[in-house]
Amino acid sequence: MKCRVCRGPAIIDIRRHNANFCTEHFLRLCRDQVAKAIKEHSMLAEGERVLVAVSGGKDSLALWDLLLELGYQADGLYLGLGIGEYSDESGDYARAFAESRGATLLEIDLREDYGYDIPTGARAARRAPCSACGLSKRHLFDEAALDGGYDAVATGHNLDDEAAVLFGNVLHWHTEYLARQLPVLDARPGFPRKIKPLVRLGEREMAAYCLVRGIPYQVEECPMAAGNRHIAYKEALNEIESRSPGAKHDFYHGFLSRASETFRQGIDEEQGALGTCGRCGSPTPAELCAFCRLVEQAGGSQPVELSARRRATGSSDPAPAGGS
Amino acid sequence: MKVLLRNPTREVQVPGPVSVNTLLARLELNRESFLVIRGDELIAGDGMLDDDDEIEIRPVISGGSGTPGDAWAQDALPSRDATR
Repeated sequence: MKCRVCRGPAIIDIRRHNANFCTEHFLRLCRDQVAKAIKEHSMLAEGERVLVAVSGGKDSLALWDLLLELGYQADGLYLGLGIGEYSDESGDYARAFAESRGATLLEIDLREDYGYDIPTGARAARRAPCSACGLSKRHLFDEAALDGGYDAVATGHNLDDEAAVLFGNVLHWHTEYLARQLPVLDARPGFPRKIKPLVRLGEREMAAYCLVRGIPYQVEECPMAAGNRHIAYKEALNEIESRSPGAKHDFYHGFLSRASETFRQGIDEEQGALGTCGRCGSPTPAELCAFCRLVEQAGGSQPVELSARRRATGSSDPAPAGGS
Repeated sequence: MKVLLRNPTREVQVPGPVSVNTLLARLELNRESFLVIRGDELIAGDGMLDDDDEIEIRPVISGGSGTPGDAWAQDALPSRDATR
């Protein structure tokens, strides 16, 4: 196979583009697609500071690298989830990347800073692990971005992530989530702007990007998430994609351009009902926000062992499509 | 050739020479969901693999970001939050 641009030897074929790319032009494609997403959705303006939510996986490290390559002031925030060796290794990858780029990595450790870890917190609060994890990330990334004066939080959600979430939300008609499934959520009182600059790049491209750029990342699946419904949706969409290249792109970007607006009607009235958490000051309709309730229920709990079943197969379904 | 697979990590032997696309088809793996790597080199779909190669087939699907339903889309949704 030859590169579409230079006719040199290709290293990757991307069927939705009906094209192959050499190393140089694949990397350029990735940078161009991120720059296009940022511009198309007005994610960042020149000179703005962005906090990257870093997990140690391929997407967040690729995103951080791409933002730095494009000249943005991008710091990282790693959240220690306390999921055994998986978290230990993930943190090492995040730190190694920051060191290699001379970039700033902030860290929060759930066990040290809040007295719980994800396995403990999920059990104590009787939440699914992915639900406790998502809630913790959402709250702590928001808080860190606001406290640090960042203009936006960037997450590594890629085209496959967004297509799979959309698939689940449509399958179950979660219209309230469809209203908010956007590549940019504007800042509002108590919430920073949130951006997803990888929405034009697929998961396979992100893994390839890290490999080509020499970025080591956590390849193993999270033991709490393995086998969950989100992954099943991705596998189903990849079956469709293999028969109809471009299907995931058309599904997600078609939703943004042709259907998303329909679900956003009434969203402002809903947001107006939020009060303030009595403990941390975050927006919430209750006396305490969901994160403070989680800390109250889970804080100080002793660490729990990951179950053998989860380690081996992760066969349970951790969360409904609606999540927390 | 020796082929490393992950999740769970295991090794299988596959006779070569064979192309990347044929190898994936033979192992019933969707090419949208995997990368084929020799050493630290990414091999495209029509690339040939020899019998004495050591190959890694790396899955690219991840679901560990805590995003079912999209965590970032759920900022303090009153209807959900109030039920907790």
